[in-house]
Amino acid sequence: MEVGFSVGAVRTVLASAENLQLTLKTELSQEEQALTNTNSNPKDAEKAGLIVFSGLRNEDLKEMLESNKESHKLEAMKRVVGLIAKGKNASELFPAVVKNVASKNIELKKLVYVYLVRYAEEQQDLALLSISTFQRALKDPNQFIRASALRVLSSIRVPIIVPIMMLAIKEAAADLSPYVRKTSAHAIQKLYSLDADQKEQLIEVIEKLLKDKSTLVAGSVVMAFEEVCPDRIDLIHKNYRKLCNLLVDVEEWGQVVIISMLTRYARTQFTSPWKEDAVFDENNEKAFYDSDSEEKKGQTESKPYIMDPDHRLLLRNTKPLLQSRNTAVVMSVAQLYWHLAPKHEVSIVTKSLVRLLRSHREVQYIVLQNIATMSIQRKGMFEPFMKSFYVRSTDATHIKTLKLEILTNLANEANISTILREFQTYVKSQDKAFAAATIQAIGRCATNISEVTDTCLNGLVLLLSNRDETVVAESVVVIKKLLQTQPTQHSEIIKHMAKLFDNITVPMARASILWLMGEYCERVPKIAPDVLRKMAKTFTTEEDIVKLQTVNLAAKLYLTNSKQTKLLTQYILNLGKYDQNYDIRDRTRFIRQLIVPNEKSGALNKYARRILLAPKPAPVLESAFKDRDRFQLGTLSHSLNIKATGYQELSDWPAVAPDQSVRNVEVIEPVKEWAPLVGKAKQPKSDDKFYSDEEEEKDEEESESSGSDDSSSSSSSSSSSSSEGLFYDFMLPCELHDTDSTSLLSLYLFINLLLCLSAQSQVTTPSFSPVKTYELLHHMSGKGLAAKYHFPRQPCLYQPNMVAVQVILTNCSDHSLEEIHIGDRSPASLNIHCFNTIERLEPEASVTVSMGIDFSDSTQAANFQLCTKTDQFSVSIQPAVGELLMPSSMTEEEFCKDQGKLLGMNETSATITMATANTSSLAINKQLLSVANVGVVSSSQNNIHRFAGRTVSSGALVLVSLELRESSTALLTINTEKSIMASMLLRDLKQALAMA
Amino acid sequence: MIHSLFLVNASGDIFLEKHWKSVVSRSVCDYFFEAQERATEPENVPPVIPTPHHYLISVLRHRIYFVAVIQSEVPPLFVIEFLHRVVDTFQDYFGVCTEAAIKDNVVVVYELLEEMLDNGFPLATESNILKELIKPPTILRTMVNTITGSTNVGEQLPTGQLSVVPWRRTGVKYTNNEAYFDVVEEIDAIIDKSGSTITAEIQGVIDACVKLTGMPDLTLSFMNPRLLDDVSFHPCVRFKRWEAERILSFIPPDGNFRLLSYHVSSQNLVAIPVYVKHNITFREGSSQGRFDLTLGPKQTMGKAVESVLVSSQLPRGVLNANLNPSQGTYTFDPVTKMLSWDVGKINPQKLPSLKGTMSLQAGASKPDENPTINIQFKIQQMAISGLKVNRLDMYGEKYKPFKGIKYMTKAGKFQVRT
Repeated sequence: MEVGFSVGAVRTVLASAENLQLTLKTELSQEEQALTNTNSNPKDAEKAGLIVFSGLRNEDLKEMLESNKESHKLEAMKRVVGLIAKGKNASELFPAVVKNVASKNIELKKLVYVYLVRYAEEQQDLALLSISTFQRALKDPNQFIRASALRVLSSIRVPIIVPIMMLAIKEAAADLSPYVRKTSAHAIQKLYSLDADQKEQLIEVIEKLLKDKSTLVAGSVVMAFEEVCPDRIDLIHKNYRKLCNLLVDVEEWGQVVIISMLTRYARTQFTSPWKEDAVFDENNEKAFYDSDSEEKKGQTESKPYIMDPDHRLLLRNTKPLLQSRNTAVVMSVAQLYWHLAPKHEVSIVTKSLVRLLRSHREVQYIVLQNIATMSIQRKGMFEPFMKSFYVRSTDATHIKTLKLEILTNLANEANISTILREFQTYVKSQDKAFAAATIQAIGRCATNISEVTDTCLNGLVLLLSNRDETVVAESVVVIKKLLQTQPTQHSEIIKHMAKLFDNITVPMARASILWLMGEYCERVPKIAPDVLRKMAKTFTTEEDIVKLQTVNLAAKLYLTNSKQTKLLTQYILNLGKYDQNYDIRDRTRFIRQLIVPNEKSGALNKYARRILLAPKPAPVLESAFKDRDRFQLGTLSHSLNIKATGYQELSDWPAVAPDQSVRNVEVIEPVKEWAPLVGKAKQPKSDDKFYSDEEEEKDEEESESSGSDDSSSSSSSSSSSSSEGLFYDFMLPCELHDTDSTSLLSLYLFINLLLCLSAQSQVTTPSFSPVKTYELLHHMSGKGLAAKYHFPRQPCLYQPNMVAVQVILTNCSDHSLEEIHIGDRSPASLNIHCFNTIERLEPEASVTVSMGIDFSDSTQAANFQLCTKTDQFSVSIQPAVGELLMPSSMTEEEFCKDQGKLLGMNETSATITMATANTSSLAINKQLLSVANVGVVSSSQNNIHRFAGRTVSSGALVLVSLELRESSTALLTINTEKSIMASMLLRDLKQALAMA
Repeated sequence: MIHSLFLVNASGDIFLEKHWKSVVSRSVCDYFFEAQERATEPENVPPVIPTPHHYLISVLRHRIYFVAVIQSEVPPLFVIEFLHRVVDTFQDYFGVCTEAAIKDNVVVVYELLEEMLDNGFPLATESNILKELIKPPTILRTMVNTITGSTNVGEQLPTGQLSVVPWRRTGVKYTNNEAYFDVVEEIDAIIDKSGSTITAEIQGVIDACVKLTGMPDLTLSFMNPRLLDDVSFHPCVRFKRWEAERILSFIPPDGNFRLLSYHVSSQNLVAIPVYVKHNITFREGSSQGRFDLTLGPKQTMGKAVESVLVSSQLPRGVLNANLNPSQGTYTFDPVTKMLSWDVGKINPQKLPSLKGTMSLQAGASKPDENPTINIQFKIQQMAISGLKVNRLDMYGEKYKPFKGIKYMTKAGKFQVRT
């Protein structure tokens, strides 16, 4: 109670103090002014005044900050933050504030951080006092504290601490928490802007973070990449597919950044998908509907363009993002399609862009700008949505003009009458600037579509009698341009305009009429001289452009009708000679020399007529957005039509695609994942889930203390003994099993055991049996039914050419599932041996079943449907190439003999670098067997390791030999007829051996 | 990315500034003020303004300009979308987004801005995460905080940021578990002089208020999902499920959120629920004009048209209007020339009308254009497109939630040209 009271009292005192200060302030500022007048150095005085004043004001704040009571400190900090927000200077409180950086109170601490980040730059020495607190916090077991420490540390712009920041970033980049890694990606940009010399080191960190699989990190690290080293495209190659696949799950802001980076990337790596389309268009859509034979003919004629699968991957994975609620994401996908997709696919973005027009005014503005640019090149895309661009009286002016622009771009013979009718409404708009813009638009339609030129012209002539001056003026200007395109039939209009001339005061319109008179003076021989006469009277009071045109008119009339106009011309030229504007004087002198023959004028005189009355090309009325396509859509530069700082040009498509294989990545699985069920089972990641699973990270988080070194060493020790591994394999189903299906299971187990024993005699036993489970169906998407599968690496029970697959079905829902079986498969020819229908699976129960799949020695996925009584789920199993093999036993001699038969085309080899940990023969065997299901061939030579296997389906021999060279390099050779498998296997092995 | 943010009020004062990188002097806003002066209306300030060293991107909401300072190339929509998200957050926190509310809660505003951006790049923009970090101020909490000295900043650290469902906070508990969905459709239409429809389209949203314990997994299905032509989802909706089965399946955020916005395919004819009979004439030479307006319902499927509001910007020449409404009240602002008529409910038996004369400036010529009439209305318990929710199911939790669905049709940008 007492505490409450005292706080309340303090608050009232404070409030009144504040009021007092406020009144003080006004007085002081008046005094300050007085001071500045007397003082020799006014600036100093002002500062002095301010300091005196703020010293007064801040004294109590300082006291509160130094008090023992947390609440006082907090209150003071809140007021300090208030000062910062108003843009007032609070820097002299720095020493008092910085003391509180280690406070226990979270809010106080956060406010101190706000202060620190704002003023550290100005008080560098004092800021250093806080550094040790952050360094300590960087080691905190709580990931949020680590992250926030790094955030503030990196936001303090003090150059002395660059090395500390560098160290902190490097450490955080390897942190187990993805949130901390994300923060480190942000810190990279901050450090780079503080000290650009760190670039090389920072690129190393970026390279490392790019490999990160967490969706949390992806957006931030790509942002850092764009800021620090946007030209290092080579860093992206290996991560390209991963980024494409993660994209849907990345937070929305990261999506925007990644998409725009990938747009640039794709333009450098893939060939243009547009050339083929030209052919497509020429065939005039016929090819689309016509019979197959004709289509084939067309294809043989021109070499078909085949889109790089990676290119397709990007397009496919970005498409769902068109449905995002974030307008920036939708726009960035739209620009990606515009710049990367084949022409006939671009139109899928139309609907989404039109949807954005419902959003806020500012969003409309940007989207309309982009549509304007798009609609110039691709009318068809937006034509069906024409009505969405109709102007409403409540739209802002810039929105109206943009809509007008788009409507004009969309106009064609078919819709012009609708558009013109709509324009007629706009011309009457109260917003006169908009009405004027509409008249210009009508002019553009008239020149572009010859059918309506006359109609438009007549409409515009009617507007000449409009009461509003701007409308009339604009009409005159547009009519002038239109007449130029077809002057022959329109002397009536010119006469009409001459009549109006007296009433028009807008200079541009007057100038236009004068120009028309001069240009077509032969059509209006009587009127033109009269107009000139009137102009001679008012010449001195006209605007400059009108004067210039008067001089022009005079000159032209002089040449065609000198009898009537000679004197007038001379009079006007004399007036022009003494005009104030040098342009007019200049023009006058030039015209006089040109048209009036005298001894000084040279050869030009003869050509005067040809010069002045040369037929002039009609002006082309173009869209203001014509040249905007030089900028990437959706960018700031496009919006402003100026190249903004930091704009990255979009390169042209390469003529020949660069090497595609740079993007190939083996599936690197961390060693600990191979641990056969010693620890807790890790959740595998799967691509077909909607939410990416981050439990893995959480697990790591929990076992943080144990450290990753320990777990990997323990796993390698447990996996090295062969029999143990095998037995675990059998134990697993038992443990997970449910009583209902025990009989079936025991039978299955028995067979399995028998087979295994027999296999041991003929085939070399795999000395390592990995139990890597993959997700088949997540319980979310399976309505409670979850399925996982793994390759037991045993000969299949059912048919010898099938690969055995074990599927663990679990019921995660709260009701029992019935009739679980396999339904349709694709391709239909796929040969699967299904498990027997499971009649009933109780909640929380699971069952293991085995299947056989004939993959026909290809890594193409087997797609089939997993059905319950009520539902069907499409699932797919994609085997790694190593799983398509089975071990084969042979002696060294046999191996060498067979190898001798498989040379030349059938041999694939590469020199690889191995991790030093892998050089022992035990480690090599382990790594190799983890990738491929092959058998070890005992070798007499120490530096050569040999492995033999056969493909499951066709039984083709696959011979692997590894010859160790000096300093951890080795020659890896694979001999087999299946060359595609060989190259895939080589790639997988190379990666497995390269990692420790 | 975003360098600084300035909040500017209607009278052109900067009342809040926040910098995420080095401090940018507020004099950079002078370029903005210049543009503001040039613009005739507040809405006409261009959203993107280049200055010698920076670019200014601004949005106008609730008569406050949010001006972001940018130093280098960035997609403008990125910034605009973010700024709108900031405004939405403020509104969510303080109920209103006014200058006074922002000034009163300057500390919370600062804490929010600090969390939303790191070094100019968005960090936490999801309302559920922010609310875990910083609790919204309520009267009760403010009082308690003053007495006990406790704070608005959450003691716990946010877990949502790390989870698979970043939009939902963990450990949600309610005694009454409820889920409400509002299907709101807006009709955008332009009706021409003769009463025929020039363009009409339906845009709809489904706003949800979900207060459910734990981690519920909801599915929502429609009777006629084919109606939905173009949709955009809250990130929680599983897109693949929608593609395959046309079912909305999602783990909802806690509290209020927009689940879905959609566009009804333009092939469908749009039923226009009201019609307007108008006769607005100005005679040449006379200083009087006639004004005659009658509203009536059509195609409303028997539902009442409510909260009808008619507004119209009369030509500049009109000095005053002397009108007689058959129901409701009307106001005419002689300065802005804005006429608005609050009609209320349309009674089909006795159609509301507004009749009378307008006095024009003496000697002024007849205005070229007749005014456009903007109409607002609401129809309860009906979605004009005919969209119907089939059922809502919940998985993953044991309790039985209370479910409610409400339909409403509103006028969007509904204009009648006269």
